[in-house]
Amino acid sequence: MTETQTTQTKRELRFGVLRSQEGILAILLILIVIGLSLLSDRFLTVNNLLNQTRLFTETALLALPMTFIIISGGIDLSAGSMLAWSAVMLGFSWQLLGLPLPLAVIVCLLTGLVAGLINGILIAYVRVPPLIATLATLAIYRGFSFGISQARSVRGFPDDFYFWGQGQIGPFPTQFIILVILIIIAHVMLSRTGFGRWVYAIGNNELAARFSGIPIERVKLVLYAASGLMAGLAAFIFTSRVTTTRADAATGLELDVIAAVVLGGTSIFGGSGSIIGTVLGLLIITLLRNGLLLTGVKGDATVMVIGIVLILAVLINNVLRRR
Amino acid sequence: MRGVFAQQEAIVGAAIVVLTILISLINPDFFTVTNLADIAVNTAYIAVAAVGMTMVIVSGNIDISIGSMLGVCATVAGELARNGAPVPFAFLAAILAGGVIGAINGALVAYANIPSIVVTLGMFSILRGGLILVTQGRWIERLPEDFFFSQRSILGIPNPIWVMLIVVALGALFMRYHPLGRAIYAVGGNTEAARLAGIDPKRVRMFVFVMNGLLVGLAATLYASKFTAIQSNAGQGFELAVISGTVVGGVSILGGSGTVVGAMLGSLLISLIGTGSVFLKISPFWLQAVQGALILLTVLVDVLRRRRQRAS
Repeated sequence: MTETQTTQTKRELRFGVLRSQEGILAILLILIVIGLSLLSDRFLTVNNLLNQTRLFTETALLALPMTFIIISGGIDLSAGSMLAWSAVMLGFSWQLLGLPLPLAVIVCLLTGLVAGLINGILIAYVRVPPLIATLATLAIYRGFSFGISQARSVRGFPDDFYFWGQGQIGPFPTQFIILVILIIIAHVMLSRTGFGRWVYAIGNNELAARFSGIPIERVKLVLYAASGLMAGLAAFIFTSRVTTTRADAATGLELDVIAAVVLGGTSIFGGSGSIIGTVLGLLIITLLRNGLLLTGVKGDATVMVIGIVLILAVLINNVLRRR
Repeated sequence: MRGVFAQQEAIVGAAIVVLTILISLINPDFFTVTNLADIAVNTAYIAVAAVGMTMVIVSGNIDISIGSMLGVCATVAGELARNGAPVPFAFLAAILAGGVIGAINGALVAYANIPSIVVTLGMFSILRGGLILVTQGRWIERLPEDFFFSQRSILGIPNPIWVMLIVVALGALFMRYHPLGRAIYAVGGNTEAARLAGIDPKRVRMFVFVMNGLLVGLAATLYASKFTAIQSNAGQGFELAVISGTVVGGVSILGGSGTVVGAMLGSLLISLIGTGSVFLKISPFWLQAVQGALILLTVLVDVLRRRRQRAS
């Protein structure tokens, strides 16, 4: 009974509200691409577009678990700090502890995982509201980054390390391939598996989800742990791309991530959203930023434009939904 | 009957006293009038904004645009004063600018039905981008002598402390006794019940955001008149300081409960730890971790206390 209800709610979501939001985004995206390619002939080139994927991979990696988390009715403000802590651990364990680089990368991923698990335990088992729990760990993990590194940066990695952030597989940037695979996995998990349905159910009505036997605590733990692991992976790719680990890396990145997810039509109250929407949201933000820069608009103005687009997208969606 | 220590304010107040004593025992230099006054002065502009944030959070909303807002308002005050406007007029303009931005936030939340976290996240980018675009990252310097309100004192007490105490006192009285103050709790506690009781939730939401904007404007004047120059990145991370202080002071992020006095004490506690760790010779690089742990600790105490209350 509950199972069919959840499926039904989900179907309604997918064919009703969400379709309109994703439709709006797709149209918006096309308009942006047309507009920008008219304004600058350097914009609509394969090279430029592929290069852009390098810049948005880290944000995108964090946006995938964030979509799950926001659908479940939670939020993770500590994403940027988890990335910084993981990156610092990579540099620290390689340079100061003298670990071999592959082992240091594993330390980096594990750091992210541990950070995410701590969030998950606090939220799922101690029942601290997600906004507060991750606000606190945002400060704690950022503090760890500064404390452990003493604000010193680590650089001078061997050349083959840069493959992950600067190399190519065929015509594609390495991280683009990784990202596409993870997007597909996330999409299938969210829209085609029982786990995905649990996430929607928890976001729609946590009490009802509990009564229908969904292991809420475990699902939440997995979501926040996944967010941490992705932050670890993003830290690895980020370090490989910018060739240095710094304690102030990715400051404020969580806001970009949340903006992309919300722009993608995921309700901040939980219960609805999709990976496709998030990807569209990410594309819009990235292309706007890059395209406006190419047409000569200053970086600070693009930040403004993104803020306006975020509010407008939700506003338009609200107006359409009311009809 | 609830004991005194069932209140988060009492716990935070006790923590302030105990920490002050402990730090003073380890390093007697800490316990001087100048130093303690310094802590209060540095907290003042955070506490003033925390009064507004308390109203916003109690009503069941959040405002993460206040850091950018502080930067914009401080710049408005500085630019006007530098170009020859009378200082009181410059301050008033900064407060009004905050009110206008707050009104835009409020209208989008209350009447366009966009969740406050989305509105203020967008506003955060819009204001920060706009500010740097307009100022081109230049600092505002060569301000007139009478601009530095925060560096002066009345009856031996620095001006920012006066402003903080007056704002907190008025805010506390308003939230406790004024019908509109009570309505904020009602809307945050149970919107539907509040509506049935004849309260207009839209009006209340609009009010808290405008009020919050005005108070951030006031905080901006305290902030701007404290230093000799106003940087264009002024207020970065301010939203975290204010939200942390408010929440540590016992304002429930779920809305419906918390007090202005608690928010002030929470802000004081966080500043105290910041300054105290310098006197304890803790590496400043670990400071953020310590402050984060403190936020977590007070929230954990609150969560466990509530669970016990529910059990009994």
